[in-house]
Amino acid sequence: MGMPKVIKKGSFNHKDLVSMEQLSERDIYLILDTARTFKEISLRRVKKVPALQGKTVINLFFEPSTRTRTSFEVAAKRLSADIINITSTASAVVKGETLMDTAQTLMAMKPDFMIIRHSYSGSAHFLSRIVSASVLNAGDGINEHPTQALLDMYTMREHNKKFEGLRVAIVGDIAHSRVARSNIIGLNKLGAKVLLVGPKTLMPYNVEKMNVTVTHNLKEAVAWADVVMMLRIQLERMTEGLFPSIREYSMLYGLNKDILKHLKKDAIIMHPGPINRNIEISPDVVNDERCVILNQVENGVAVRMAVLFLLGGQQRVNLE
Amino acid sequence: MLLIKGGRIIDPSHNIDRKADILIDRGKIVEIKSSISVKGAEVIDASNLIVSPGFIDMHTHLREPGEEFKETIESGCRAAANGGFVAIACMPNTKPPNDNPSTTRFIMEKARAANGVKVFPIGAITVEQKGEKLCEYFSMKQEGMVAISEDGKSVMNSGLMRRAMEYAATHNIPVISHCEDHNLSGKGVMNEGVYSTRYGMRPIPPQAEEIMVFRDIALSELTGCQLHLAHISTASSLFHIRRAKRKNLKVTAETAPHYLYLSDDMLYTYDTMYKVNPPLRSRADVMALRKAIKDGTIDCIASDHAPHSPAEKEVEFDIASFGIAGLETSVGLILNLVNEGVISVKRAILLMSVNPARVLGLPSVGIASGNDASITILDLKKEWTIDPLKFQSKGRNTPFAGFRVKGKAVATIVSGRVLYSEL
Repeated sequence: MGMPKVIKKGSFNHKDLVSMEQLSERDIYLILDTARTFKEISLRRVKKVPALQGKTVINLFFEPSTRTRTSFEVAAKRLSADIINITSTASAVVKGETLMDTAQTLMAMKPDFMIIRHSYSGSAHFLSRIVSASVLNAGDGINEHPTQALLDMYTMREHNKKFEGLRVAIVGDIAHSRVARSNIIGLNKLGAKVLLVGPKTLMPYNVEKMNVTVTHNLKEAVAWADVVMMLRIQLERMTEGLFPSIREYSMLYGLNKDILKHLKKDAIIMHPGPINRNIEISPDVVNDERCVILNQVENGVAVRMAVLFLLGGQQRVNLE
Repeated sequence: MLLIKGGRIIDPSHNIDRKADILIDRGKIVEIKSSISVKGAEVIDASNLIVSPGFIDMHTHLREPGEEFKETIESGCRAAANGGFVAIACMPNTKPPNDNPSTTRFIMEKARAANGVKVFPIGAITVEQKGEKLCEYFSMKQEGMVAISEDGKSVMNSGLMRRAMEYAATHNIPVISHCEDHNLSGKGVMNEGVYSTRYGMRPIPPQAEEIMVFRDIALSELTGCQLHLAHISTASSLFHIRRAKRKNLKVTAETAPHYLYLSDDMLYTYDTMYKVNPPLRSRADVMALRKAIKDGTIDCIASDHAPHSPAEKEVEFDIASFGIAGLETSVGLILNLVNEGVISVKRAILLMSVNPARVLGLPSVGIASGNDASITILDLKKEWTIDPLKFQSKGRNTPFAGFRVKGKAVATIVSGRVLYSEL
């Protein structure tokens, strides 16, 4: 496949990346193709290109995060951007400053990108309306986490999965998962079939209307799937009365050796991390050769480089 | 003396629909005749306009005492006159709440010092709206309170609600119910449906309202208390209201203009102007409510005027305050429905003037000789654009900014005094 060595200005016509909803099928493929070009950079001895030299990126994290924040940071640095990390404990938010004020204060320092992780849905959309910098949504509440979906899709594609008709089972707390929501929207756009697995308490209302099917039986789903995506279960959901105990949750929706027997040989197992070992996924499953969790992390850097590059796409850059 | 000339008088409470002049003297209507001329009287030319008994907004939040930066009794009264209302009933959820006679008296005194719009305070059902102890309804009524409500929330304890209704019925005080089961609504911020799933927001199921509508109707039947259901937003609630009316229970219901125009699919921008409680429901609910204002299932339309400062709205959706500032948009939006053929102008006057007065038990309203001269003049043909910057209210929080509507209140007359006029 011919990779574009030179990406032209205007081929990706977005100021921000706040949702999968906003992307067309063509946009998604452009990001995935661009990421493939960028992945190679991380394998070089000198892991840096000057694509975003002189650009300033602010990582604005209002929720604890290690992998997403680090992944964005590495991605920005490999593109030679200057990146500043702000986390909720370090920022003025604890002093009662509003997001509006924080955003305007930071904008006065002329950043080119703002990457936001926030516990309220729609926060990235809100930020994108009030700042002129490109806003990247690194997870907003229970709504979306578009770069996670993109890196998941990249990983599926890398494992020779064709999206048309691809069978993806997503297992766990769908109702509160931005990872699930972004994947459902994105995979739908590329023609994949999505099956959701979990108890009714963890399914959003009428989720079938998002063009997915729902089952409560993990074994059936595993036997059907080309991709099994496990979600992290937040332990606070138990105190909210959404399931009775960890023991019963893991009995019904945990991926273990026994269930794995039903999984196709060429299927893959994914998890956005961090994993709850022995709850949604058992240690022997993590070690199974079909488990691609670390590939996901690796691809996260390439996909985020691609997104930063495409959003910043003022210059023509020769990647060679 | 004030002479309103050439208008079409419509007053369903006195079965009037005819062209006539109205002469007002010392705050009272003194004469209604096809042609009156009086030397020296101030004349309002109402030709091609509709002269209606004064519009009453029976569900307003004035924020005073406690949150005067959002609204004061004075600014709220200016907004009311500007929006065509001669009277407003204000909800008790201020800081502190109107849960005792001296707070009621404070509101009445502040209102007397304002522009003249009549203010009817609504008292809390329980002390500090905590749902534990009844307020002194009788003493509050003596100070001018016209109804009780826990607006902003429901009294979750059904046993206590029963006692409140029994005690209120003893003193002929209507109970206005905000219907929301808080265990079901939880941390929700929008209607539960396909769109809450798609937009990834915490949902409030329509059943949170429906269950309390059903409960309070059942308690009204048990206690014989007059019950008015505030801001009804769902089709399923209408089912229970129709049933109550068939059984001739003392039950009336209200909705707000935004539930007749806006639906949950519009929240895709996460614009906090659309955040309101009860939340905007589905398009099917909007259509059901439009039918219900026509067929009489819904008796009243009230603004649920909930002014907020920018600081409460220019934030993330989850932490933004619920509410829409509606005093200056309601009449226009409802007259626009008249122009769209959804309801007749007579029905609009019932919904916004005659019925609210009946529910609250207000004295001598209506266009008749000897009555208090509180009148709203309507121009059904006037087209205008809603512009929050022109509001008299301190609250500019409206999802209707930029909306083109046809129909407007062009003069507001309270007890013979012209408080607002563009004539």
